Amino acid sequence: MRIAVASGKGGTGKTTIATSLALSLADPIDLNPPVFLDCDVEAPNAHIYLNPDLKEQKIAGVLIPEVNESQCTYCGICAEVCQYHAMTVISNKVIVFPQLCHGCGSCSEQCPEEAIKEIPKRMGVLERGMTNSNIVFARGVMDVGEAMAVPIIRQLKKWVEPNSDQVVIIDAPPGASCPVVESIRGSDYLVLVTEPTPFGLHDLNLASKLADELKIPAGIIINRDNGEYNEVEDFCVRNNYPILMRIPFERYIAEGLSQGKSLIEIHPEYIEKFKQLHTDIKSLIGNKHETNRTIKR
Amino acid sequence: MKIVITTTSPSIDSNVDNRFGRCAFFLFVDPVTLEWDAKPNPGVNARGGAGVKASQFVANLKPDAIISGSFGPNAYGVLKAANVQMYLFDGAKNVQEVINRFNEGILNTV
Repeated sequence: MRIAVASGKGGTGKTTIATSLALSLADPIDLNPPVFLDCDVEAPNAHIYLNPDLKEQKIAGVLIPEVNESQCTYCGICAEVCQYHAMTVISNKVIVFPQLCHGCGSCSEQCPEEAIKEIPKRMGVLERGMTNSNIVFARGVMDVGEAMAVPIIRQLKKWVEPNSDQVVIIDAPPGASCPVVESIRGSDYLVLVTEPTPFGLHDLNLASKLADELKIPAGIIINRDNGEYNEVEDFCVRNNYPILMRIPFERYIAEGLSQGKSLIEIHPEYIEKFKQLHTDIKSLIGNKHETNRTIKR
Repeated sequence: MKIVITTTSPSIDSNVDNRFGRCAFFLFVDPVTLEWDAKPNPGVNARGGAGVKASQFVANLKPDAIISGSFGPNAYGVLKAANVQMYLFDGAKNVQEVINRFNEGILNTV
């Protein structure tokens, strides 16, 4: 079972929820330990709460074109077929923009002179290892100056091969763009974490549309709940999203998190709540009515 | 002589568009006869690489100079390779002002 945690708005508590869920499900003698993927490769931070021993590393990147100018006739087909404008041909020069290249290989495939070779370009690194709490942890870390997170996320998801008895928890990046799509794609359930503010609701709305588009059933967690701004609840009722959990707005929770403590360390009674969350999600996935939710817009 | 100015509308009376890669129009104009022709920027709606697309478009039409508010690093690379001289508006607001400054030779190059 794959559970993705996303939010739309940044800073709502995705990592707080995802790490606490993983810790609550972890059992030191479990032969099928939970798997945690930190897909927020631009700013991964789940390791702060899970303390994995990152023993293994693997370079992540894409294949970019290298032009052999002695074979090139400057016909410009490579620049024409590139959907991302990563190549340009000016009179008798070919310019490659590696930062724009998605590594699709169209240029080398289409080159009539076979003058283009694909060479690997590093964009970041994948790291994995076990935590003391018996969680299989893996993350991607994008190199400074790189602009594309998607290839790193895709490679991270491929690198870890869980069996069907393992629960996979995906900590998605904020937003509702390509990196989020790549992170949550293939998940059985999407947990959307929001806060009761107009900003939280606005971005929750965007993220929920993504869930609909990808046909992933979704439920909402309201974090920093202060009993104000009921529009988030109205949104959930109107669109038939279950409210899976509420976490109150408390200063001591924020203080604990800022010291690197997970929510369940700060508040041990949340272990049961997160186990219940897992049970609820299992039944929601199994519930035809919920998964085939009519989309009202 | 043919120079290109990035503009917000397809007219010699237009204001300048300070963006290069995502400008609305390229105004091709002869700075002496003031004959002009406006072409929409094919890069304006590009998801990425707008500067590359726009500069490739301009470079293929072989102007003597291009004048804009600023040039991104990718666009700069393409225009440099194509030997198109780049100038900056330096605060000029409309096409007429830019042409006057160009003719006086007081525009800064990139």
